[in-house]
Amino acid sequence: MKYVIAIIQPDRLDEVLRRLEEKEIHLVTVTSVVGRGRQKGIAEVYRSHKEAGGLLRKTKLEIAVNDAFVQATIDAITEGGRTGAIGDGKIFVIDLDRCVRIRTGDEGPEAIG
Amino acid sequence: MIALAVMVCAAPALADPAVPSAAPAAPAINSGDTAWILISAALVMLMTPGLAFFYGGLVRKKNVLSVLMQCMMAICIVSVQWVLFGYSLSFGPDKWGGLIGGLEWMGLSGVGVAPQAPYVDTVPHSAFMIYQMMFAVITPALIIGACAERMKFSAFCVFTLLWSTLVYDPLAHWVWGAGGFLGLNGGWGVLDFAGGTVVHISAGMTALAAVIVMGKRQGYPSSISPPHSLPLGVLGAGLLWFGWFGFNAGSSLHADGVAAGAFVATHIAGAVAGLTWAAMDWVCYKKPTTLGMITGAVGGLASVTPAAGFITPMGAIFIGVGAGILPWLAVTFLKNKLGYDDSLDAFGVHGLGGIWGTVATGLVASAAANPAVNRNGLFYGAGGAEQLIVQLKTVAIVIVWSFVMGLIILKVVDLVIGLRVNEHEERVGLDLTQHREVGYTVID
Repeated sequence: MKYVIAIIQPDRLDEVLRRLEEKEIHLVTVTSVVGRGRQKGIAEVYRSHKEAGGLLRKTKLEIAVNDAFVQATIDAITEGGRTGAIGDGKIFVIDLDRCVRIRTGDEGPEAIG
Repeated sequence: MIALAVMVCAAPALADPAVPSAAPAAPAINSGDTAWILISAALVMLMTPGLAFFYGGLVRKKNVLSVLMQCMMAICIVSVQWVLFGYSLSFGPDKWGGLIGGLEWMGLSGVGVAPQAPYVDTVPHSAFMIYQMMFAVITPALIIGACAERMKFSAFCVFTLLWSTLVYDPLAHWVWGAGGFLGLNGGWGVLDFAGGTVVHISAGMTALAAVIVMGKRQGYPSSISPPHSLPLGVLGAGLLWFGWFGFNAGSSLHADGVAAGAFVATHIAGAVAGLTWAAMDWVCYKKPTTLGMITGAVGGLASVTPAAGFITPMGAIFIGVGAGILPWLAVTFLKNKLGYDDSLDAFGVHGLGGIWGTVATGLVASAAANPAVNRNGLFYGAGGAEQLIVQLKTVAIVIVWSFVMGLIILKVVDLVIGLRVNEHEERVGLDLTQHREVGYTVID
């Protein structure tokens, strides 16, 4: 089991979700976040007060998957999320120790669904 | 205590019901004038909630309620103060050679339907009183911008009551009261149509005193987050602009040509100053900012306040350009150079805007705009520099009065109950620590 975390451009979310659906990956948690990569933020100005290196809005996806689906998940996110410009984001893959379904108490790959 | 005071003050009012004078020379109430004053009073009342949103949008999420609460509480505190004794001190029969109004109208005793000379002879006295109340309400609320995000609510309440009574009421009497030593009613003849001195300079200079006494917010300037909701700020600025027509055009006290002229001048100055500030941002910071545009507009409206009913549309453009430039310079360079933390630029925008507008009135006042102008401004000849000198002298007096008195009152309140919240409370935010509430929930 793996835990996939992806930071993408907010306007690519719909396309990424569509590609995930195509590959039968339905379970996903989405969060609005702000952050900064190599792209750096756009400095904001408020009545001469400069907010240097402001953070940019991004969208974060979190997906728990069984090993067989890891590459498909990565492919869906890269295909749907790529614009070719700086700031397209990153994907992180982490080992997942346990997964428990609250309703039934199921554990492991079964619980990921 | 307050209930007792209300009963004591109300007693003479009840015993002496205000009825129209039966004297043959009694002036007739004009329905148009009365309607305009009452509408204007409502417009000016809306400015304080407008100011609440203007200021509220510019602070951090954790402090939004504290600012809204202070503005709305200013309405409550000053309205009661005005009825009990504030109105009487400001506009009551003159005492001590133009220094203060008497207490004859405490509890609005005798303030009823009959018009009150010399203020306005076609409108019920009570309408004039409630109209002036809204000015008294918004003035201390302007000061909130200087102390935002660090002032104890209890200290704010006490300060507001003291400041209204000891600073605003005498000043209103000097400039607008019958027999006041600065104004057109038997004084030096300073031209302040709607409160450049009484409202803007006084609030702005006390704001400067407040930033000196209170000190900076923790982490200023590098760690202060940007405005949490500029859309709220724009909403507030829009409401202020809308209400300002009542503030300035209502100050004609008649539904007449002077009111129309003041309305036009007010709008022009606000628009020109908003445009000017945005242009300055565009040139110096590569982009025009929303915050700059609304700040400029508010500065322009503040600047045109003393001049509104005395100037031509071209005079309004002149004032608007200056109002876009001077506060911009103060906020951009002066504040950073001197390092003071005027959180929301109450001094930079209102103080300097009021000073600029009051001085500029001595340049562009014109009898062509209003026959009440006895001496034209410097630019229009026929009056020479005489009016300008009166304006300058008055500005100097008002600056010293409001700054020194503001400083004293703030120091006293600080010694007795403390002005600032402690460091922990400031970090957590004033909404939770002062009011046990939050403006925005995170979950549901």
